[in-house]
Amino acid sequence: MKQQINTLLQETLDRLAHLEDEQELERLRIEVLGRKGEIARLFKQLGGSSAEERPALGKLLNEARSRLENAFQEAKSQTTEAAPRASRLDITLPGRLPHLGHLHPITKVGMEITEIFQRLGFEVVEGPDVELDYYNFEALNIPKDHPARDMQDTFYVTDNIVLRTHTSPIQVRVMEKQPPPVRIIAPGKAYRCDSDMTHTPMFHQVEGLMVDRKVSFGDLKGVLTIFVHQMFGPDVDLRFRPSFFPFTEPSAEVDIQCVMCRGAGCRVCSETGWLEILGSGMVDPEVFKMVGYDPEEVTGYAFGMGIERIAMLKYGINDLRLFFDNDLRFLEQF
Amino acid sequence: MQISFKWLQSMVDCNASPEEIAHRLTMAGLEVEAIEPFQFGLERIVVGRIQEMGKHPNAEHLRVCKVEIPDNIFNVVCGAPNAEVGQIVPLALDGASLVDGSEVHSTEIHGVLSQGMLCSQRELGLGEDASGIMVLDSNLPLGTPLAEALELDDLIYYVGITPNRADCLSVVGIAREVAALFGKKWSPPTISLKETGPPVESLSSVTIEDPDLCPRYAARIVQNIKIKPSPLWMQQRLEAQGVRAINNIVDITNYVMMELGQPLHAFDYHRLDENRIVVRRAQPNETFVTLDGQKHQLGRDMLLICDASRGVALAGIMGGLNSEITPETNTVLIESAYFQPTGTRRTAKALGLSTESSYRFERGVDPEGVITALDRAAQLMVELSEGELASGRLDVYPIPLKLEPVKLRVSKTNRFLGTNLSREEISKLLKSIELKVRSSGEDLLVVDPPSFRADLTREVDLMEEVARLAGYDLIPSASPVARLASAKRAEDQVIRQYAKETLVSLGFCEILSYSFINPRAIDLLRLKNDDRRRKLLPLRNPLSEDQSVMRTSLVPNMLETAARNQRQNNFNLRLVELSKVFFSKEGEELPEERFNLCGLLSGLRRPPGWNETGQTVDFYDAKGAVEVSLMNLGVKDLRWSDKDSAPYLNPEAAARVYAADVYLGDLGEVDPGVLESFDVKGPVYLFDIDFDLLMEKTISVKEFQPLPRFPAINRDLAIVVSDSVPAQDLLDYLEEHRPQYAESITLFDQYRGTQVARGRKSLAFRITYRSEERSLTDLEVNEIHTDLSQKIVDAFEAQLRS
Repeated sequence: MKQQINTLLQETLDRLAHLEDEQELERLRIEVLGRKGEIARLFKQLGGSSAEERPALGKLLNEARSRLENAFQEAKSQTTEAAPRASRLDITLPGRLPHLGHLHPITKVGMEITEIFQRLGFEVVEGPDVELDYYNFEALNIPKDHPARDMQDTFYVTDNIVLRTHTSPIQVRVMEKQPPPVRIIAPGKAYRCDSDMTHTPMFHQVEGLMVDRKVSFGDLKGVLTIFVHQMFGPDVDLRFRPSFFPFTEPSAEVDIQCVMCRGAGCRVCSETGWLEILGSGMVDPEVFKMVGYDPEEVTGYAFGMGIERIAMLKYGINDLRLFFDNDLRFLEQF
Repeated sequence: MQISFKWLQSMVDCNASPEEIAHRLTMAGLEVEAIEPFQFGLERIVVGRIQEMGKHPNAEHLRVCKVEIPDNIFNVVCGAPNAEVGQIVPLALDGASLVDGSEVHSTEIHGVLSQGMLCSQRELGLGEDASGIMVLDSNLPLGTPLAEALELDDLIYYVGITPNRADCLSVVGIAREVAALFGKKWSPPTISLKETGPPVESLSSVTIEDPDLCPRYAARIVQNIKIKPSPLWMQQRLEAQGVRAINNIVDITNYVMMELGQPLHAFDYHRLDENRIVVRRAQPNETFVTLDGQKHQLGRDMLLICDASRGVALAGIMGGLNSEITPETNTVLIESAYFQPTGTRRTAKALGLSTESSYRFERGVDPEGVITALDRAAQLMVELSEGELASGRLDVYPIPLKLEPVKLRVSKTNRFLGTNLSREEISKLLKSIELKVRSSGEDLLVVDPPSFRADLTREVDLMEEVARLAGYDLIPSASPVARLASAKRAEDQVIRQYAKETLVSLGFCEILSYSFINPRAIDLLRLKNDDRRRKLLPLRNPLSEDQSVMRTSLVPNMLETAARNQRQNNFNLRLVELSKVFFSKEGEELPEERFNLCGLLSGLRRPPGWNETGQTVDFYDAKGAVEVSLMNLGVKDLRWSDKDSAPYLNPEAAARVYAADVYLGDLGEVDPGVLESFDVKGPVYLFDIDFDLLMEKTISVKEFQPLPRFPAINRDLAIVVSDSVPAQDLLDYLEEHRPQYAESITLFDQYRGTQVARGRKSLAFRITYRSEERSLTDLEVNEIHTDLSQKIVDAFEAQLRS
């Protein structure tokens, strides 16, 4: 038994001296010092030895164990300090990259906008891109020969058919089909005959409409305030500024505190500290009459915003045309 | 429009800063988009003092002055007879520009250095006097820029006037708003007339033949006028408003238009046939030459101002060359009228002529303001052209334009706006913009809008005024309260979103391209003549040929996007677009709009890396992307056919995609010729799917399958068949003869080569057997599998490969 202990001690120390690999070291440690290792086996054998021998053997075995433990400890610290060798993984080499896909930023921001309103109970609806003049203009209280038509440069297919200049015609289509209450959000493409630094002939809008009994201008302010705070953060200030749209009255432009300068004034906000982000207002009674709603019975509000505009502010994009160049160097950033 | 701040200030007694006034206007719906300093010019011209003056050694009529400004003295040669020592004078320094465009330079005049120039009124554009140098007020501080010293500088407001606020297209209109917003008094210009001439009726007459287009026409006549430049103050204000000064008469008509918002026209009285005015519709095919020299072909519903024999002005738009004011004009007929807005707009649009005048008539002028403006112009002409005003005015007003009173309910207003305003508060707000408010019971106000507010015809119009004047920011923002209703999800939109996300998870980048394309791009796809994608919907007014028809396919834009990225040295492409295409439909007004799903793969299969082998994508990468995404959408029974592949694909590597027997779209390698015409480097693989058709095949609610409780046993089946047998046939056969317990059948290997005979190939299938009730034994599976193997060998004249 004594012999066994000494042999184990000596052999293990010899083997240890020739080991440098941390894994092999660990393997050896388990083989000798592990729960089912050699030392443990010898301790078990100790029970079988004579009562006289037992204390001395036990002492010897304990000493051997602690010497080995120290030796392993030392060997381990040496291997850890040693420089990594070529045979090991260079974990600093780049990983194997899968292709990473990206949604277009317009899709992402459009989803974000619609989701905010969906959480408020708005239902998503859609409409045609190629639209009748009636839905795009007439039913929205923009008769032919009205100066308000100058506000939008229209692509015509025929006298009667246009590419929708806004997503507002969806409002009319929905109200024609269903009685109040209405609570909808309508994302989609819109088109205007204009192309320069700040205009693309196609762009994306989200339109919203709420009609019910007793809907007030205060409600409009409330909903859009929630939207702005969810979209741009709870600290972003906003203001409602009177404006004119033929299909709402009163009408309001909504400005938010400039996200670049926090209202101090910079180039992005033309030194005003404010950025215009959406148009809104109370649905004009003429529009209700066109769809057969009684303006004495119901009131409502509508709003519309450009997704590109919101995306530019959100990501700090400075050139509108980037959205439609579809350059991967751009798309891969989102 | 541009508004001179100084002019505005001259009418309103308001001390607020320009920024504060601009802010309040903006918050009341008259958006001041910018405030810019306005310089009248006169750069490098300063106030100087003649300190000394001596004779010029070489020229008898010239003198040499020493002109002083603080810290400097300039030597200036001057020929003005009125120059005297001690005078305060305008000194043009090196580099200054004079009104005639010439530039002042330091130069030697007859051997004496002149470091600048002393200027006359006329040289500076500050008046007509050219007899000598301009002598300035002796109090002016030396060295100050002249424009500043004479307070010629101004601020310009750029105000965005919305189409409903025609009344604000003038300085008076803005002044009225400023006064209301600040609770201040304002005063329009005072008008006093000296009518020293003969009765106007003895000189002229006005006949309106078409009162529907011209409800009111008024005129005055000023005789013995002198045409000359208008005075500096008027030129300055016009220029600040963005109007070029011409001569006193024309300037006065423009000035009054800017001041009061009423466009006027001045005719040369003696050039009017029979000196009279007839207002009528143009004759068919009548032509007319406007004063810009353009000849116009007129239409029947265009209103023409005529004399006894011919047109002399396009009503409300532009005067005619034949009756315009010339330097010889000595008698003027001033026109002030109300032209019907839509009529004016139609004519202006049809002729492509938009003027300051038509802009105002289109939006509606003040029918009562017609007279005020006429008198104001007459007054100024008497004052500034030494004219004599004929007594009385011609005023034909066959259709009086009266505004109806409008009722306003206090309770409804508060409910609508979410406010809590009293009747008195509302009344006060409305009165501040000069509405007459009568009370009629507790809840009702009756409002008489003034003639300049024709936009106020309904209760809601008044509510808007209340909201605007109270201030939108003061209206409390309510927490939204709405009846609960479960918002339906737009199912189509959800599925489209899901499809996009699936492809993104496969490494595709979503693109968005324009809905319009070049019609030639469809030709480049080599589509057959009867292909429905040739049913293009053209735009009537495209921005360019490249964007002139609505697209019937996403493929052209997709290839263009690939080309654009390749030009940026990006060759590893996985692009996808899910957007609408448009087919014009016979017998229907609107085209059919369908969503298509188009994807493109090119370049490396995996992004480049130190441990990548650089394999490029092939047909099966594209097919796999389609398979995975369609199956993920729940499309069952995907089928493929190599018949009738899309003409823009290489027929050797192309397939039609079917769900059961419904043709969904195409897949394959883009034909190299097509690639070349789009300037794309290949190989490029593409898929193009009719997403709306696919949508009918999708299963939006997936059904959970319980996880198996018993082990599976796999058996492989490798058979050698003729090369001409498509794998699909074998798969179909196995599917059809699917034995008991066969849970799945997959093809995992294809082999051609030395191990099998020429013209044959080996295909290997793995069949997974499993029972839901118990563990199967090897023995029973072997039996089933052997049976299946034998069947397929018989059916396809195959050999089993071991």
